[in-house]
Amino acid sequence: MVAGWFSGDGDDFRLIGTRCSACASVFFPREDAFCRNPGCPGGELQEVPLSRRGRVWSYTDSRYRPPSPYVSDPELSWEPYALIAVELESERIVVLGQTVPGVTVADLTVGMEVEVVPGVLNEDAETTWTTWHWRPTGVTV
Amino acid sequence: MTGEVAVLGAGMHPWGKWGRSFVEYGVVAARAALADAGVGWRDVGSIVGADTVRGGYPGYVAGATFAKALGWQGARVASVYAACASGAQALNTARAQILAGLADVVLVVGADAAPKGFFRPAGGERPDDPDWLRFRVLGATNPTYFGLFARRRMAVHGDTLEDFAQVKVKNAAQGALNPNARYRKRVTADEVAGSAVVADPLRLLDICATSDGGAALVLSSMEFARRHGAADPVRIRAVSTVTPRYPSTVLDLPDIATDSAATVAPAAETFRASIARTAYEEAGIGPEDLSLAEVYDLSTALELQWYEDLGLCAEGEAAKLLREGATALGGRIPVNVSGGLASFGEAVPAQAIAQVCELTWQLRGVAGDRQVTGARVGITANQGLFGHGSSVVAVR
Repeated sequence: MVAGWFSGDGDDFRLIGTRCSACASVFFPREDAFCRNPGCPGGELQEVPLSRRGRVWSYTDSRYRPPSPYVSDPELSWEPYALIAVELESERIVVLGQTVPGVTVADLTVGMEVEVVPGVLNEDAETTWTTWHWRPTGVTV
Repeated sequence: MTGEVAVLGAGMHPWGKWGRSFVEYGVVAARAALADAGVGWRDVGSIVGADTVRGGYPGYVAGATFAKALGWQGARVASVYAACASGAQALNTARAQILAGLADVVLVVGADAAPKGFFRPAGGERPDDPDWLRFRVLGATNPTYFGLFARRRMAVHGDTLEDFAQVKVKNAAQGALNPNARYRKRVTADEVAGSAVVADPLRLLDICATSDGGAALVLSSMEFARRHGAADPVRIRAVSTVTPRYPSTVLDLPDIATDSAATVAPAAETFRASIARTAYEEAGIGPEDLSLAEVYDLSTALELQWYEDLGLCAEGEAAKLLREGATALGGRIPVNVSGGLASFGEAVPAQAIAQVCELTWQLRGVAGDRQVTGARVGITANQGLFGHGSSVVAVR
């Protein structure tokens, strides 16, 4: 439902942002219209892959089923997922995302290293909606 | 200093889950404020409504909706939306009209009939809306953001779950003394700890509910107040409605990511701290002058954050300030003596106005059992989705 936020497979999977050719500011989710730096005269916004690894800025989880437009199967019992805000060092940006399935808040600490991996947001008979997940490095689930 | 306006009247509809229209809550609050001011509705030159997005078109044009319900009388009208800062922007619109000489007396009204459970974005497939995206892509509800803030405070400042619980214990005890509050029962730390986890590490009793409610204020020029016989009214001395500054580096509702700080150095102060500083500068006061503060306790942990952003204590020392009892009724700087959102719940367009109602009653010395002795200066602090600051300074 969102185009061009991530690309690649396996070890090549990356979040995709944009970078202003005039001031080098980086944006995620991608900013394709105008550079948002108030001191910038405005440049071309070009695609740029973000760092694969970062460190946990904070984390939490969702113990109750979120409302629509989040998609979940009401027939299934609710399984909480964890959310991590991850600080990417070179971009100096914090990006939120769900963890890979099976990782809970009990597995996380602030400052821990995580990496971005492809994941499934939801699927029906015709379509699989893909997304990004954060996974603590060294975990292979 | 931009000049002051008088608060002639304050009124509320009690908060709860009443199952009626937001218009009814707003009209009850407006009539209470007008009666309190001793001003007839026909003498009001302008009405400003804080919008609710849940009332369909009538909610989007709240000023006219309240004006029609009170009886069309030809007043100037405005409707404003700034999410949780809507009430402060309505107040600021009224103030600007008075200071510009466009109106002598302005009625400000905010009311909402909130849904049960999580707030959710408007329907449809709307991937150009950051609020829609954070639900669709991440399932990130408001409590998940409160949980991120809470966990970050624990990691950086060493706050504990017990500290968070004590904020609820304090606010519930104060709210128990407020007839307009929805929850009027004291709460113990054990009850907080025994409530269900909603968004780790926060529990149900750490997070504010959604409520129905309404609040209204009658503002006037200082000259009108004197002519009206109010020689020494409560006065609004500052209204801060600032935006963040790029790059905004603290992840906040409803964003999926922060701005990058790689090429532009971030300001030394956070957005929330800048909201308060702007209000202090405009009012010509500092935190040391405050008698009380009403802050936006969407969660217990967030109230602690506001202590630091308001300069009530140094960064990282909020839990210490709380433990010392400084922010409780009777303490050095009582916070949320109304009971706060912990006791009221969220009625989005009404809450920033309700905060100023509380300051008004406190500064008049008519707050009953929850009165802060000798209150002279009060501040409110709030924050609206999508980068709306909100802080009001009132003095007597």
